[in-house]
Amino acid sequence: MEISRLRLLLLSALAVSLLPGCAWFGRNRDEAPPAPASASAGASEATADQPVIEPKVERRDVKRARIDTEDFEAGLFAGVLSIEDFESNAVYGAHLSYHLTEDFFIEGTLGRSRAGRTSYEKLSGSADLLRGSERDYTYYALSAGWNALPGEVFVGGNRSYNTAFYLLAGVGSTRFGGDDLFTVNAGAGYKVLLKDWMAVHLDVRDYIFDSDLLGKKKIVNNLEAHLGISFFF
Amino acid sequence: MRCLHLSLWLLLALFSAGARADEPLPKVVVADPFIELHTGPGRGYPIFHVIERGQEVTIVKRRTDWFQVRSDRDVAGWVARGQMLATLEPTGEPLDLKEPTRENYMSRRWQGGVMGGDFGGASLISVFGGYAFSDNLAIELTLNHMPGDLSNAFSATLGLTHVFAPEWRLSPYFTLGTGLIYIEPKTTLVSTEDRTDQIGYVGVGLQFYLTRRFMLRSEYRKNIVFTSRNDNEEIDEWKYLGFACFF
Repeated sequence: MEISRLRLLLLSALAVSLLPGCAWFGRNRDEAPPAPASASAGASEATADQPVIEPKVERRDVKRARIDTEDFEAGLFAGVLSIEDFESNAVYGAHLSYHLTEDFFIEGTLGRSRAGRTSYEKLSGSADLLRGSERDYTYYALSAGWNALPGEVFVGGNRSYNTAFYLLAGVGSTRFGGDDLFTVNAGAGYKVLLKDWMAVHLDVRDYIFDSDLLGKKKIVNNLEAHLGISFFF
Repeated sequence: MRCLHLSLWLLLALFSAGARADEPLPKVVVADPFIELHTGPGRGYPIFHVIERGQEVTIVKRRTDWFQVRSDRDVAGWVARGQMLATLEPTGEPLDLKEPTRENYMSRRWQGGVMGGDFGGASLISVFGGYAFSDNLAIELTLNHMPGDLSNAFSATLGLTHVFAPEWRLSPYFTLGTGLIYIEPKTTLVSTEDRTDQIGYVGVGLQFYLTRRFMLRSEYRKNIVFTSRNDNEEIDEWKYLGFACFF
């Protein structure tokens, strides 16, 4: 026991004296290399400034590329609009959407149709209620939408498309019978994304306004169903 | 009709503008243990692939808070923003998405939005756009459409808006301006003539910072219509709620 303790003491003493000694040998390497003998002091200073290792890494010129953001969606549509008392007619138009989040978007819609004749006009044979351009039906709507049910459809074994069932509601104006009418709209749609940048829509919407075109003021519901194609950009 | 045609042409122009110069797509290195690739840009779409730490991915595009990325093996999928924030750019720095925040509102230049409300009994649909030339002060153009029971009116006004405390989440603002109003009486009424008058207004409003670059707004304006009759007309204009974006 006594021997081993003595041995430990000796080994420690050896370690204490040797380890700083090793460092002492290498002390010059950390410092700047001694300036070579030269004629002028200025030249020796210049060499001292030079780095020991010349890095041969070429500096990469990193240009921060812009990420292509595709939050806008624009499209065209065509379908059928049932104008209350004035028959069902073809409707066509365009829309522009901005996707705020994956769930919500805002949309502006423009549409155009032309009203037919009321049953009264057809049966009575009397003068028409509306003259030429007064039968033109144009509307715009600003709506908020909610992608309520995002999902996928599967076609065959190897093909799937992203889809979304969405609800929309908003306000706008309809020009019909020569007047502008404040219009509230609400509806739902189903969208299938054929590509990441292209979608096909099927929309059903109700456009509601107050009308006194047929004498007494009443609430008019005009239902529209349309098929559309849209592109993200 | 002309409006519709114009918008169709605009749409076409937008699509044709899609063919832009090919610049290399940005690449990032995955720094999280892995990132998850969804089949679509939404949390409900299933995860079908993962890419491990240290691998490089190409960012193809962004839609709302989702990024379409492509791996070295040509697998493409959608990654949530939260995971993208943990990736590194080629410089070794975390990916900087330069997301707009409330602080960015101070450095905004352009702002635009839509509002709805009531204009002296008529319904009001309003679109506005503005340019800020200081933290507080902006010049704003407002286009109003007021379809009412007795008449249908349009107005265009230009004014100055002073936001009292743009650094607050909820801040009041003051607005003052002038413009033109066009009033067209309903066809069912005994015909009075269409008229265009000058309009002046003073108003107050509140704006609320929602998130990212979006704001909510509410506004009241007192309008004076300078008619050609003996008396000027005073009209209260309430914009109950509006939505705005800044850029």
